[in-house]
This record gives sequence, C-alpha cells and structure tokens, in this order.
Amino acid sequence: MKSNLHMYVMAVPLLTAFLVNICGRTNRKAIAPLVLGALGFSSLLAIFVLRQTLTFGDLSYTVGGWTPPWGIELLVDPLSALMLLLISGISFLATFAALPCVKRDLEDRQHIFFTLYLILIAGLMGLVLTADAFNLYVMLEITSITTYGLIALGRGRAPLSSFNYIIMGSVAACFYLLGVGYLYLLTGTLNMAHIATYLPALQGSGALATALAFILVGLWIKMAFFPLHGWLPRAYSDAPDGAGLLIAPLMTKVTVYLMVRLMLTFQSPAFPLLSMDVGTLIVWAAAIGIICASSLALGQRNLKLMLTYIIIAEVGYMVGGAWLANEQGMTGALLHIVNDALMTLCLFLAAVAIAYRTGSFHFDSLKGLYRKMPLTMAAFTVGAFAMIGIPPTCGFFSKWYLLLGGIEAGQWQFVVALIFSSLVNAVLFFRIIEIAYFGSLQESEHHGDAITERQEAPWWILSPLALTAVLLIVVGLSTGPLVNNIIRVMIPVSF
Amino acid sequence: MTPIVSFWPMAAVLVSLLGALPIILSDRQPNLRESWTILIALVKLTIVASLLPWILEGGSYVFTIAEVIPGVPIELRVDALGMIFALVASCLWLFTSIYSIGYMRSLDEHAQTRYYASFAVAISATLGVAFAGNLLTMYLFYEMLSLSTYPLVTHEQNAEARASGRKYLTYILGTSIGLALPAMLITYSIAGTLDFTTGGILAGKASPEILALLVVLFLFGFAKAGLMPFHGWLPAAMVAPTPVSSFLHGVAVVKAGVFAIFRIIFDILGPETLQQADLGWIVTTLASVTLLVASLIALTQDSLKRRLAYSTIGQLSYMVLGAGMLSAVGQLGGIMHLAMHAFGKITLFFCAGAIYVASKKKYISQMDGLGRQMPITFTAFFLGALSIIGLPPLGGFISKWNLVIGAVDGGQLILLLVLLTSSLLNAAYFLPIIYRAFFADPPADAVVGIKEAPVLCLVPLCLTAFGSLLLFFFHDPLLRLAQLALAP
Repeated sequence: MKSNLHMYVMAVPLLTAFLVNICGRTNRKAIAPLVLGALGFSSLLAIFVLRQTLTFGDLSYTVGGWTPPWGIELLVDPLSALMLLLISGISFLATFAALPCVKRDLEDRQHIFFTLYLILIAGLMGLVLTADAFNLYVMLEITSITTYGLIALGRGRAPLSSFNYIIMGSVAACFYLLGVGYLYLLTGTLNMAHIATYLPALQGSGALATALAFILVGLWIKMAFFPLHGWLPRAYSDAPDGAGLLIAPLMTKVTVYLMVRLMLTFQSPAFPLLSMDVGTLIVWAAAIGIICASSLALGQRNLKLMLTYIIIAEVGYMVGGAWLANEQGMTGALLHIVNDALMTLCLFLAAVAIAYRTGSFHFDSLKGLYRKMPLTMAAFTVGAFAMIGIPPTCGFFSKWYLLLGGIEAGQWQFVVALIFSSLVNAVLFFRIIEIAYFGSLQESEHHGDAITERQEAPWWILSPLALTAVLLIVVGLSTGPLVNNIIRVMIPVSF
Repeated sequence: MTPIVSFWPMAAVLVSLLGALPIILSDRQPNLRESWTILIALVKLTIVASLLPWILEGGSYVFTIAEVIPGVPIELRVDALGMIFALVASCLWLFTSIYSIGYMRSLDEHAQTRYYASFAVAISATLGVAFAGNLLTMYLFYEMLSLSTYPLVTHEQNAEARASGRKYLTYILGTSIGLALPAMLITYSIAGTLDFTTGGILAGKASPEILALLVVLFLFGFAKAGLMPFHGWLPAAMVAPTPVSSFLHGVAVVKAGVFAIFRIIFDILGPETLQQADLGWIVTTLASVTLLVASLIALTQDSLKRRLAYSTIGQLSYMVLGAGMLSAVGQLGGIMHLAMHAFGKITLFFCAGAIYVASKKKYISQMDGLGRQMPITFTAFFLGALSIIGLPPLGGFISKWNLVIGAVDGGQLILLLVLLTSSLLNAAYFLPIIYRAFFADPPADAVVGIKEAPVLCLVPLCLTAFGSLLLFFFHDPLLRLAQLALAP
C-alpha cells in the first residue's frame, strides 16, 4: 500500500535534531522536552505503523515521487516496522537516562550531543526503511559518522578510540560500497528487490560472488563480527555514558538486521543464497567467535568492558543463527535482534545507574550494592538472567530457536558454542552478583539488621531501567505472537 | 477424563510469589511479616488441598499461562503425580514456616526479610515444578527454584557461604544449562512436543543410541536429584540455616530433581520405550552406586547435618532406583518414597536445628547424653530415623517394602541385595546417634542446664514425626494417588 506514515517516524527526529541545535544554544531547558517529544512521537507512530502493516501489508513511499528502480523507495513490512518500533522505543527509553548523564558530563555541549544523537537515531531508522542499496550506504555512513562524533565526546582516550573506529568503519564502508558498485555493474539497478530479480541469471558468476563477499565483510566489520571486532570494546566503553546507552543496544543489532534483510531479499528458490557451502563456514566462524568473545569477557574487571565483549559474542549468535539456513535458526536470529537489544539496554542502563552513584565501572565498586541500590540491582539481575538465558526472560526463547536451528542443521559446533557461552555468561554475571551481594566479607555484621542507607540512582535512570527489566519478561512471554505474526511471516517458504 | 480448565493451579503457584511483596514491605515489623508468611502458607495449602478430590477421582486441571513456542505453551497441569509432590511440599512448608520463626528468632539471624521473601519465591517455584504441564514449563520453574534458593544457601554471607554458593550454582545451573537444556531441545526436535504424556512422547521415534544419550543427559542434567558424581552441592549447601536445609535440601529442591526424573522416565521417555531399548540398567546402576556410596560416606561424617545430607543423597537414589526398575510396583515404591522420605527427613533436620538452637552443638561426637536433656527432640529424631531406615510402624516401611517387592518381581536380585545392604547401612549411621544421646554418659565438662528448643521449633518437629507415623497407618490416599500417577 502507498503510504508516507513511516517516513514521518524518521523525519521527526531528523528535523528535531536541527531544532535542538538552534534552540538548545540559548535555552538548555528546551532540550529535554524537544528530544523526548520527538522520540515519544516516533515511538507512538511506530506502533501505529506496525499495526498498519499487520492489517494492510507492506507500506511503500517513493521519495520525491520518483518510482523505483530509479527513485528511492522507503518500504516497511511487519518486520521492519518491528525494527522501527524497537529503534524508536529503545532510543526513547535510553534518552531518559542519557539526559542526566549528558548534563553532568557535557554541561555546555548538550545541544551538540543531542543533535548528533537525534541524527543517529534518524539514520538507524533510515537503515531499516530504505529499499535501496546505495541509500543504505548513505544511511550507514550517517549513523557511523554521528557515532564517531558521539564517542569522541567521551573522556580520556575516547578520541583515540573513536579514531580507531573511524579507520575500521571507513574500511567497512569502502567494502560495502565496492560491493554495491559491483552489483550495480552487474544488474544496472540499486533497488534491492530489483537486484534480487536479476540474481538467478547471474548464478555462478565470479563478479557476483565478489560483490556479495565485499558487502558481507563490510557489514561484518560494522557489526563487529569476530575476528573483525577489535574496534568495538574501547569505542563503546570510552563513549560518554549517554551515548553508550543508545549505541550499544542498537548499532550492532541494526547492522545484523541489514545482513539478514539482504539475505532474505536475495534468497529465492532460483537463487539459493543460503544453502551455499559458505554458510557452514560462516557458522563455524560464528561458533569460534562466540567462544573467543565469551572467553575474552571472562578476563575483564570492568563492567562496561565486559558487556562490550558480550555484545560481540551475541553478534556471533545472530550471524550464526541466520546462516544456519533453516527456519528455526533464522527465527532465532531475528528474535535475538529484538531480545538482545533489550537485554543490552537493560544492562547498560544498570551499569550507568551504578556508575552514576559509585563513580566507576570497576568490579570493586560494586561491593554491597544489593543493599545500597536494591532496585537497580534487581533490574540488573533480571538483565543478567536474560543474558544467561533463563526462562521466562526473553533471552531464553531466542536461544531456544537458535539451539534448535543448530540441532536441526546438524551444526553441533554452533550448539556447543551457544551452551558454552550461556555457561560463561552465568559465571560472568554471578561473579558480579556475588560481589554485589556479599560486599566485603570482613565488615559484614552477622546478627541483627543494620540500617543501611539507600542510594538509588535518580528517577530519570531508574524508571527506564525498571521498565526495561519488566519488558524483558513481557517480551519473553509474548514470544509466541511475536514469532507467529511477525517473524515467521517474513521468512520465505523456500526454506 | 477431559481436564478442567481452572485458574486455581496458577493461584496456588502465584500466592506465595505475590506474597513475597507484603513480606518485603513489612521489613520493619517482624510480627506482621511472619504473619504474612503463615497466612500465605495456609492459603496455599488450602488451595492445593481443594484440588485433591477431583484428582483422586482421576481428573486433572489445566491452565495455560502463555503461548511461547509452537506446540509448547507455558502450561500448568495438575495430575496425581504432581499432586503428591505439591501436597507434601505445601504441607511441609507450613511446618517449616512455623519452625523458621522459632529458629531464626532464637539465633537473632540477620536479613530475615530477605530470608522469608526468598523462601516464598522458592515454594512458588516448587509448586510450579509439581504442576508443570510440559518439560519447558518444568524447566522454567526448576531454574527459578535454583536461583531463588541461592540467597538462602548463602544466607550467612561469609567466606564459607560464598564458596558453597558457588558450588551450588556450578552444579545445579551448570548441569541444567549444559545437559538438561540440550536434551530437552533434542527431545523437542524429535517429538515436536514436550507435553507430559503417560507412556512418553518418544515411542518409536528415537533410536536406542539417542535414547541412551537422553537418559544420561537428563539424569545428570537434573542434578538436584543428587546422582553421583553430581552430588557435591548438597553437603556444601548445609552451610545454610537449618530450616533451609530441612525444607529445601530435605524436601523441595532435592525432590524437584527426583520429580523431574520421574517425569522424564514416566512421561517423556516412557517406561515401555526404555524397556524395549533395554536402558533401565543405566538408571538402576547409577542409582545403586549412589545409594551405596552415599550411605558409606554418611557413616564417616561427624557433623550431624552433613550425615543427614549424605543420607538424603542415598535416599533420593531409592526413588530414582524405583523409577528405573520400570515395573509398576517398583515405580509405586519410588513415588511413595518421595512423600515418606520427605516427612522423615524433615523431622531429622528439624531435630538437628533444634539441637543447635538449644545447645549450639553440630557434631555427633558432642551429643553424648544429650537425649536425656532433650527427650522430645531425640524421640522425634528416633521416629524420623526409623522411617528412613524403613521399619514399621513408620511410613518409610511402606515405600521400601514396595521397592523390595518390585526388585523381586522384576527378578533383579542384585537390586534386592543393594536395597537390603543399604537399609543396614542406614541403620548403622542413624542408630548410634540415638544410642549415644540416650545411653552414653555425658562428658565430664558437659554444660548443664540445656533445655529443649523453643516451642515454635519443637511443635513442628513433633508434628512431622507424628506425620511419619500416620503415613504408615493411613497411606491409602497416597497409594491411590501413586496408582493414578502410574495408570490414569
């Protein structure tokens, strides 16, 4: 159906970005209502778009009235509507916590921060909306460049980490663009659906294989697929707290979504992209990546750094699941995009809340936190359980589909890697829970109850955190409708 | 009979989960907080008991919580087997709640609010395991039970508690994620369902090799049943306050493990399928070895709670052994032992706690002559011990008798020998304690003036000991439930 509804979801944060820059210069107080208003509006509209796509099917909007294959098409189907909702919802929640952090860290540069922040969100939305391979590149660069800027606003060695990311990100962008260039040479079009129609005729072409390889490797660098992950840990942990809250849950997940989107668009019975031998190889790489990233996470003594390594391991979950090339694996990968974004948001929010009070992300500063910040730690515990994969939190159910996909495909290395990673996550999080629960053993009084002062994080951080923790369970319990109505519908029958 | 759709099973599970909230909110008013605990326990027992009549008539209840995976909803289903476990657990929780008040207050323990709240969540999880309608739901509540008991095991918050907590989670969570979860997924990918169905869901679908793999994965995966070599967490968990050891490590947690294995053998793998593949020997061998070795280790323990812990490991294997015999009588014995052992063992643990509260004594070698100062406690201990050994006129006799008959019927004479040897060993590690307490002379430097524990500790242990006695004479309802569980 023709509709321009979904365009506004993206346009509102984009336009507000400039408004924030202008108004925020003179009036700092105007920033919070503007940003929250824009993102709240986007979230509500995204819910509406999702409902529309579920009743009427795909919505399409051609920018400037130029029809594809020449013009740019913004296309939204139930799955991208879900992603749209995920992006707007998560950025809305993250913003609540980002506001006090930015106010504290970047007193006189708040308007700059939130300008970049909103452009980044608009870029992420553009990524899931666009149906054009070159437009995708543009959006990818918009998100990357704003991310470089946001990370560089951090303290200490943040500019260096950002620079490192710029190098890797630019290499990735070149790879992707080269791949798209090859595809354009081969097919003469940039609209992804159009490209897909030409692919069966090009089967076996070396140039096509090169093009796809370039595109994939480019995306893998952007999503930090092991071993192309080197830039991520420092970039994410040196970013200002307010930026990390947005970047960590969304960037890698949206890039994984792009890969899956391309796979699903290009896949057809006549062009069985997924059943190629290379899939097994990628699943092996994912399994090794999961095991290595999990092991690296074990070595960290800093909460934020540990979480970044977990993010890398989770990327392996999704890439591996998608390339299992069966329905269960693909379902697991798509479901995990949603779940992992929420889990990461929950844990980052908790980490930021803790650091807001204790001033540090180091494990030593976590002592006795169950008494000092009981609500924050309760939410953290739910997030931790989701990462470990304990039902009924959502993390269990995506892991269920991924494991099932691995078993049905006979890719036991992937199954072993997933189980290994779950166990490592259990160790990682219970180590933290233990520190926070036991405190320092010498001081612990045994008899009678001591009055301990509560030092909860401010309401601005605590409420989105609590809401996310509840969402982890709610989304877990609604796995059935989510999979049946949205995800399964999008997976082609050719599986 | 078609199952009745009813919210009550869910209510039975939820009442203590939601009840944790008022407990936490009455943090500063201990009397109010404990009243909540008792009230919740009473409500819970009433709800469970109100479900009993229909179950005894051969009916069942269902309630679907959420549709999560095609063919596998999160669903509660009350049947006879689950009813036995739920009744035992909710009945003994009431006694434990009363006992906890006496114990925790006498010792002026810290963090009592956390203690009662975690306890309430744990009992919810236990009922969830009992009422689970399929393997996924059971796994969910099984994990919830593991996690909610962590704060209880580590209650002391000292270095020893931390080490035990680590061991607890490593064994319990490690096996359930590492072994039970993949086994469950393999089962689902073969059968396409995980519903508990009498006779199993894998008949004719899996090769003997796959079945053997599943048997091993499941047996060790549910490590709460304490099968060796995954038993080490139980003695370590004895660092917990005694009411926790009594209820969780005598009844709820360990029996959740055994119950899970029952469900696997009866309703997932299926006794006949296992018989055809000739796999019963894996179960009986593992159980026999555990049973004998645990009893032998129990002989060497001087700490009373640790001796009870090893005794528990041995007795759990009786139940697993009964299920593994794959014959109706043997299985009947196994199921009944779940209830009989619960009453006997909780009495023994209650007594151990009462002795500690009254005299601060933990070691058997310190207990010479103590029975003369604490006659009621040690008489109850004596009854509990007789039940575990399996002598009439106590409940344990009934279940062990059925196990012996099962072994004879099946012509498994080695198992008969194992059972009899083990009973002798049980007597050998329990009776000397009672002899010492009543007949040995107290040491010269004995503390005079040790009296019985506070009445709130004493009443529950008398009641459970009396319960063991009653179960010998009035075991018909239990027998009926066990028969229904095997042949609905």
